[in-house]
Amino acid sequence: MSDMQGAARRPLSPHLQIYRPMLTMMMSIVHRITGVALYFGTFLLIVWLVAAASSDAAFATVNAVYGSWIGLIALFGFSWALLHHMLGGIRHFIWDMGHGFGPQARELMAKLTIGGSVALTVLLWIAIYAVKG
Amino acid sequence: MSGSSDFPGSSLRTPRRRVAGLGAAHSGTHHFWLQRVTALANVPLTLAFLAVLICVAGESPERVLATIGHPVVAIILILAIVSITTHMRAGMQVVIEDYVHGEGAKVLSLVANTFFCAAMGCAGVFAILKISFGG
Repeated sequence: MSDMQGAARRPLSPHLQIYRPMLTMMMSIVHRITGVALYFGTFLLIVWLVAAASSDAAFATVNAVYGSWIGLIALFGFSWALLHHMLGGIRHFIWDMGHGFGPQARELMAKLTIGGSVALTVLLWIAIYAVKG
Repeated sequence: MSGSSDFPGSSLRTPRRRVAGLGAAHSGTHHFWLQRVTALANVPLTLAFLAVLICVAGESPERVLATIGHPVVAIILILAIVSITTHMRAGMQVVIEDYVHGEGAKVLSLVANTFFCAAMGCAGVFAILKISFGG
């Protein structure tokens, strides 16, 4: 960008490296990162469904891969990203309604999103293992 | 946006264009609205999807297929997949428009995004229908 040839060397607007990292800013970045992760994570879900629809052998293979320790780590991360993005989305709905822009409110909502996403993810996996066991 | 009252005659947009409210990209708030509507739909649908996954965890393959194929479950899962893949496409479109600046690469990325989301959506819906209809 800054090495544009010929064009007038106009000042660039301040970007990431200028600002002190803030919680709400990190949450915005994480919301986008989790969104992109979920985009590719959905592929795992579709593979699982297509395998289930294809054959017993294919379904067994995918279940074995997803049930391995590396598969479970990926699914755990997937579920956290999903819940974090969902709570982040609810935060955006609150903003869309015109609420929660104050310094305290937005900090509180950011903390609730982090705490809530971790708590819900742990609850989800407790529920899964409770049903499984 | 361009307040013609502040700077009379400063806008190159015709009054008709201003009234149409579609902006420079001619699509108005369509993308924003689609993204919000699918986001709203995703909340209950994804929670229902997770509930189904909790229910089928550790079950035999036959029981898993029977659960997914149940009409009520299948309908919820199909709605979830359609809403999620539409939301995915809208979200990734914004990411591409933010970071991919070359015109050719941008158009290719946007088309690839559409193809990927359409493929994911079609595959997921077809799989659930096949399981449900017992093919």
